[in-house]
Amino acid sequence: MVKQKARYLTLEEGGFATLLLATVVLCLIIAGRTFDQVLAFHAGVVAVASAVGAFYIFRRYFDGEKLRAPLEIDGKPNYNFGPVKVGAWLSVFWGIAGFLVGLIIALQLAYPVLNLDLPWTSFGRMRPLHTSAVIFAFGGNVLIASSFYVVQRTCRARMPGEILPWLVVLGYNVFIVIAGTGYLLGVTQGKEYAEPEWYADWLLTIVWVFYLFAFLGTIWRRREPHIYVANWFYLAFIVTIAVLHIFNNASLPVSLFSTKSYIVWAGVQDAMVQWWYGHNAVGFFLTAGFLAIMYYFIPKRAERPVYSYRLSIVHFWALIFIYIWAGPHHLHYTALPQWASTLGMTFSIILWMPSWGGMINGLMTLSGAWDKMRTDPVLRMMVVSVAFYGMSTFEGPVMSIREVNGLSHYTDWTIGHVHAGALGWVGYISFGALYCLIPWLYNKKLYSLRLVNAHFWVSTLGIVLYICAMWVSGIMQGLMWRAYDSLGFLEYSFIETVDAMHPFYVIRALGGGMFLLGALFMAYNLIMTVRSKESEETVADTSGLVAAE
Amino acid sequence: MADHNKEVDQITGVETTGHEWDGLKELNNPLPKWWLYIFYGCIVWAIGYWVLMPSWPLVSDYTKGVLGSSQRAEATAEFQAAQAERAKMGEKLMQASLQEIEDTPELLEFAMAQGKIAFGDNCAPCHGTSATGALGYPNLQDDAWIWGGSLDDINYTISYGIRSGNDDERYAEMSAFGRDEILSKEEIVNVSSYVAKIAGIDPDPKADLDAGAVLFEENCAACHGEDAKGLRDAGGPDLTAPNYLYKRSLEGIEAQVTSPKHGVMPAWIDRLGETTVKSLAVYVHSLGGGE
Repeated sequence: MVKQKARYLTLEEGGFATLLLATVVLCLIIAGRTFDQVLAFHAGVVAVASAVGAFYIFRRYFDGEKLRAPLEIDGKPNYNFGPVKVGAWLSVFWGIAGFLVGLIIALQLAYPVLNLDLPWTSFGRMRPLHTSAVIFAFGGNVLIASSFYVVQRTCRARMPGEILPWLVVLGYNVFIVIAGTGYLLGVTQGKEYAEPEWYADWLLTIVWVFYLFAFLGTIWRRREPHIYVANWFYLAFIVTIAVLHIFNNASLPVSLFSTKSYIVWAGVQDAMVQWWYGHNAVGFFLTAGFLAIMYYFIPKRAERPVYSYRLSIVHFWALIFIYIWAGPHHLHYTALPQWASTLGMTFSIILWMPSWGGMINGLMTLSGAWDKMRTDPVLRMMVVSVAFYGMSTFEGPVMSIREVNGLSHYTDWTIGHVHAGALGWVGYISFGALYCLIPWLYNKKLYSLRLVNAHFWVSTLGIVLYICAMWVSGIMQGLMWRAYDSLGFLEYSFIETVDAMHPFYVIRALGGGMFLLGALFMAYNLIMTVRSKESEETVADTSGLVAAE
Repeated sequence: MADHNKEVDQITGVETTGHEWDGLKELNNPLPKWWLYIFYGCIVWAIGYWVLMPSWPLVSDYTKGVLGSSQRAEATAEFQAAQAERAKMGEKLMQASLQEIEDTPELLEFAMAQGKIAFGDNCAPCHGTSATGALGYPNLQDDAWIWGGSLDDINYTISYGIRSGNDDERYAEMSAFGRDEILSKEEIVNVSSYVAKIAGIDPDPKADLDAGAVLFEENCAACHGEDAKGLRDAGGPDLTAPNYLYKRSLEGIEAQVTSPKHGVMPAWIDRLGETTVKSLAVYVHSLGGGE
């Protein structure tokens, strides 16, 4: 074996190796000095992960790999798809894990004995595990993987850095492991969708800044005069999530050697910051990010131009300007002042059409290609996803109206609403993207369209069961809570409302189980796609590069 | 704009913007009219709402809105109205004795309504929604009352609780005959089998029931009574009752004699107030087991 000549470490290799080794040292100090077993465990995990990362950087150096992968090969961009592949597979894995935990907690609600009387398996710890696994682990990996794919292809440029994209994908998943194991071991700061404690928040902050660099760097290098609409949405998602994350998690740790921290905000201001964060996590993580996926994968799959450029501009700016105001509708009829509640509600109503702009652009892109809905279950899945998006972005403004909220708040209606968006919109657009991405990345033909069809039907039926059960259960619950008898006493005690919800909890678990089954079909289908020998030549027009004139 | 690349889409006849990314193009369709007008409509509606209702923050105040709405004031008024409405009957309930409440249809209806909801929210977690109890939590529907099933007894138990730590609590503690080595293992088998026989459970065939009877007399009768039918003043349950607080089996009896379990019922009087506790007593009394 011919060893290449020794070379200097690149600035990137040296910088990241130093950072990782410094992290190892810091984590070992923390693990050694803390009395907090969970913190010691987590510091150990990060130390090992960082050490492995540093090892690979040095191995890469000693193996004498070329200084830098060429930006172009034969005049075509040499895209960096390795991190995309890993991110895509991780999202499949986390998706199934998250759906499974969701099914378990749904069954726990119907049959409390399944809490097993153990702290680690109790609903209170499993519930954030479910929400974080589906939103941040599944959704986050889909977003990172697809954004790295889309931004490179639509900018016709290789991503900057050789280590940087890997650090983003792998570092993000280390954060997921820290967060998830922390919940099970009882570490939480008690903020919904922002449960991880201060040290996990710091890890995510660092990874997120790297993500922003990797994304912006690709746009900076672009060989196209304009920036494609999907990239606006990805960028809005990355930047806003950074801001939300930092403000909502502003906290003071008790000490460097403790998992516990205290949030700097207090009282109703803390609640307001929390729901400003919470609602915009929906707006910028689950909406803007996945609209970016829609704007690339639907026109690509349908082989049709995007319906309206103007609409994309207007609804983009309207969406990001208005979404940020809507958070207070989570705090109607609380200690939050009425004026703030009014603003949250009115901006939620104004938000209706900007949200629907994305739906119109998604659906109308199909004009002239509606017949493909019949023949291509992947496209059908994405179109139905947009329909669910339209439905839940109408339902949301309705629920934000104070009088409606008085009935719906704290009931299962909210859970149903969230899952119409989560399973229908986020889930389906992600599945559609994965069904496109994996064959394109490996240059293979999708193993079975019939299996995609089966996935579509079993999970659609599951979603319908889920959201209908929650509508009925939620409205019933809300009405029971507010029912007074003629003497001025409540008609029902709380336990009676819980009892009445049991059948709907069972139906919901059934729906969730069907959704999980569909995802297992997908995992099998994708694995078989990669293992098959058949490479795909016929879809060259979608996977190949179209030369710009 | 790269106008020179504009082309017309064959299917829709609409011009593209002339941009292209990775094969993706965009049509130059105008904003859908209905979309735009509903968007404007929502904005106009919001502005109208801001004029009417409290909405925008100022430096140290906020815009009050021309309707002068204050949801806090509205909620307080509704709350006070409901309290006043209930106070009329509540006052009568306070004055009346428990027996009078049960004898006056108007008061009974009120107490039952209040008792039912108070029971569901406070008692049902342990005693069950239908008050049939569970292992360790007494059944309130049957005739076996450890501390008495009259209106006054029930009212007292709810008010001050059992082993609750309240100054006026009901208190009883059974000796741990096995754990504290008051009785030998053999004696425990004998006395347990004797109790089992009285309760209609098959005794241990090897047990000496006569010895058990003597042991019962010496150790248990003080609280459970000579006939084992319980002594309410001592808080000793009826051992012949068809429902036991803990396991109704020979093993259950032996376990309780060896190392007894003691449940706790909280004192509710400070938390719920006298009227609600009275209503609860009437409600529980009416469930079927009341004396």
